Amino acid sequence: MKGPAISIQDLHVSYYGNEAVKGVSLSVETGNLVGIIGPNGAGKSTFLKAMLNLIPKDKGDVKVMGRTIKEVRKRIAYVPQRNDIDWDFPITVLDAVLIGTYPHLKLFRRPKKKDKEWAMQCLQRVGMQDFSKRQIGELSGGQQQRVFLARALAQQADLFFLDEPFVGVDVSSEETIVKILKELCRQGKTVIVVHHDLSKANDYFNQLILLNKELIGFGTVEEVFKPEVIKKAYKGQFAFMNEIGVSL
Amino acid sequence: MAFIEAVMQYGFLQKALLTSVMVGIICGVIGCFIILRGMALMGDAISHAVLPGVAISYMLGINFFFGAVFSGVLTAIAIGFVSQNSRIKHDTSIGIMFTAAFASGIIIITMLKSSTDLYHILFGNVLAVRSSDMWITLGISLIVIAAVYLFYKELLVTSFDETMAAAYGLPVRFIHYFLMTLLTMVTVASLQTVGIVLVVAMLITPAAAAYLLTERLWVMIFLAAGIGVVSSIVGLYFSFTYNLASGATIVMAATSIFVLVFLFSPKHGLVWKTLRVKKKRASLV
Ligand SMILES: Nc1ncnc2c1ncn2[C@@H]1O[C@H](COP(=O)(O)OP(=O)(O)O)[C@@H](O)[C@H]1O
Ligand SMILES: [Mg+2]
Repeated sequence: MKGPAISIQDLHVSYYGNEAVKGVSLSVETGNLVGIIGPNGAGKSTFLKAMLNLIPKDKGDVKVMGRTIKEVRKRIAYVPQRNDIDWDFPITVLDAVLIGTYPHLKLFRRPKKKDKEWAMQCLQRVGMQDFSKRQIGELSGGQQQRVFLARALAQQADLFFLDEPFVGVDVSSEETIVKILKELCRQGKTVIVVHHDLSKANDYFNQLILLNKELIGFGTVEEVFKPEVIKKAYKGQFAFMNEIGVSL
Repeated sequence: MAFIEAVMQYGFLQKALLTSVMVGIICGVIGCFIILRGMALMGDAISHAVLPGVAISYMLGINFFFGAVFSGVLTAIAIGFVSQNSRIKHDTSIGIMFTAAFASGIIIITMLKSSTDLYHILFGNVLAVRSSDMWITLGISLIVIAAVYLFYKELLVTSFDETMAAAYGLPVRFIHYFLMTLLTMVTVASLQTVGIVLVVAMLITPAAAAYLLTERLWVMIFLAAGIGVVSSIVGLYFSFTYNLASGATIVMAATSIFVLVFLFSPKHGLVWKTLRVKKKRASLV
């Protein structure tokens, strides 16, 4: 059954009166790989967290798969920004992925053998099976991000949210991650990815949300990836835009 | 060996030993979550914040357990309220609230003119543990261990990645205050053994030593409990044999274990780490 995966009406979020997200309305169809792009401090993480009701919103209505967020939490996987995690936490790679099975475990239940096997399969999918016994801090940035993607896969979600998954990540990890995200979309899942620069945005995503407090542009990559639209979001960052080959 | 004979012989010493062993266990267990959540200061705060509750309980003639839990939890809520509703950072909010609670406790106790009690509450006097105190400690220990066993999953995920926990629908705020309640109960149980001022050491020192020894949370919990027990027994021995304050000897025992682990932990110990680096560099010459 298709239909909008997310529909947002007039979303406003502020921190102590300072508006971080202003009046965003949009609707994302199921099965898309959507990039949220915009400069640093544009409110991308805030937008993501407000959609998931992780921070209070001032105004607005968010429907996910046609329902309120509360009703569908277990069908959503969220991968936080990498610097939100304590990498010294005493946990192994496999146990971190196993946490992905927790949303579907009842209270007082522990993960069983089949959950562990499932976690291992998810690790295999991101190519990290040989690291299962390592402590999570003993990995490179790219490997850490792949482990967190494996955790999201373990959640068997229909909707995936990733906050800046490509920051501090090596090229081959980035390729692996993009490949898996594209596979997920082909399987009919919806994937929303925060991405702070424009490079490769046109290769990775089929829809873009261009954000700078307000919604600057939303649509297919062709519609949004136009100099005049992008200029509006990245005011004054022309040097950077030339670098990545956006001609003005 | 005179200590063992004395334990066999004297009921008060048996009670002291059992109580401090239980306190060692639960402080170690809860301490793991406290240090992993970066809440060591919170542990210190809650332990000080039980003072007015204890004082008022004395005044009303009820068991100090109830007053202590009440004022501890109330302070935890006040700390959260101030830091969430202003630009005051969490550690500042903790500093303001717990000193306020502690100061009011001192005033109440002074008005009751009971300075010996104050001394015992502040510094502990495990050799004066009564049977009723021992039973309360046992009750608290069972509750704490059962809670951590039953909610292990939830405590693990909220300590490791609170945003993900909230995203899949766990009541993270509620779990935080639940942990604060357990922390308050542990503090109350520790009052007689180590006293308010030093409880924080029993919470974080064994857990910190365990943290340097393993990469798995459940192993860390068992190690911390074990280190807590050893510290309690060794501390009690020195307290009894040399007539020293029990809180101080127990804490010094825990600190000694921490120093040993800090130096010699197989993976994170300073000595091995330095040696490994030296060896590596020598091999490259
Ligand atoms: N917890 C917070 N308290 C106050 N201001 C915040 C907080 N988090 C973010 N902000 C502010 O809100 C704006 C948007 O932040 P954020 O959503 O993190 O941007 P992005 O993810 O696009 O870099 C920034 O100006 C930031 O300083
Ligand atoms: Mg961000």
